Amino acid sequence: MKELLDLFLLFAKIGATTFGGGYAMIPVIEREIVDRRNWATVEELMDYYAIGQCTPGIIAINTSTFIGEKRRGIVGGIVATIGFVTPALIVITVIAAVLQNFAHYAAVQNAFAGIRVCVCILILNAIGRLWKKSVVDKKTLLIFLAVFALSVFTNTSPVILVLASAAAGIVLQQFSVSGKKDGKERSGDGK
Amino acid sequence: MIYLQLFYNFFMTGLFAIGGGLATLPFLYDLSDKTGWFTHAELANMLAISESTPGALGINMATYAGFETASFAGGVIATLGLITPGIIIILLIAKVLEKFKQNRLVQWGLYGLRAASIGLICAAALSVVQISLIHFNLIGESGLTAAELFDFKAVLFAVLLFFAMRRWNNIHPIAFIAVSAAVGIIFRFAGV
Repeated sequence: MKELLDLFLLFAKIGATTFGGGYAMIPVIEREIVDRRNWATVEELMDYYAIGQCTPGIIAINTSTFIGEKRRGIVGGIVATIGFVTPALIVITVIAAVLQNFAHYAAVQNAFAGIRVCVCILILNAIGRLWKKSVVDKKTLLIFLAVFALSVFTNTSPVILVLASAAAGIVLQQFSVSGKKDGKERSGDGK
Repeated sequence: MIYLQLFYNFFMTGLFAIGGGLATLPFLYDLSDKTGWFTHAELANMLAISESTPGALGINMATYAGFETASFAGGVIATLGLITPGIIIILLIAKVLEKFKQNRLVQWGLYGLRAASIGLICAAALSVVQISLIHFNLIGESGLTAAELFDFKAVLFAVLLFFAMRRWNNIHPIAFIAVSAAVGIIFRFAGV
């Protein structure tokens, strides 16, 4: 019970600091889940993000469900996700009820222009750390470049990019494994 | 029964909006036409509010529309409707993933997936940089000045933040976010 409460509070904290969409949560999630608690590895986080991109629902939500499930099974997944949406639920309800012109206040606009700068740097720092774990050789560099270029310059759906990358991973690894096997057999024949 | 309608409609939105955030937008427009629970103008306001509050656009819109239609309980029910499909599907995938984690094909698929993940994150980062620091989208326009291309105040602050995070790397990201909000207000980062 205590652990479920911890899960709820932790994801509420993450939800309260995720401004401007899913990717903004990456630095905070990394700090809380990987560095502080060792609940998941950086590699697992990357898997969650990618799977979250090609399944229904919001990436931040999907990542919360994954981590909660890993800790405490199905109930953990549900509790973590509800924790994540609770701050937004409260804030929007208050805005809908009393602060209709919230986004038009100068202080609010200025504060969030400042926060966006911070989110930029936080994400760039996170990318530096995630990079080392995911782009590990020439094959993954190729996949990275293809996905990056396609998502910047075209309107290709992330669903297609993610599915194609998984397929590319399988095909490229299959080639290199059978290539190595051939090499070994050939050198074996030589003896 | 309004609660059931709210749950059902946001459940369907959550089920079909893949990729999150802005992917919900076309579904929300459709919902607005179909039900009249909120107008297109309210949806545009919500986009602005979502950028300035915690939480994702889809969730915020569900809460807002639910609240407008059926008060507090409506907001909660619409939000739960939106997140339910994702929870169910991810729980299923998590179980399958645990079972087949050692499978060679799954490992290879994940190997490709991680490279895609960082590619998508970089593309998203680029769009945040474009909004708040360097307006790449203006490149190519005639008579472009450096002041239009770079948001000098923001770029200077970004460089300071970069070194501050290097120097004090054990400080929690939330602290940096709070400081940035204050700096944004003091130095009028939005120019208003």
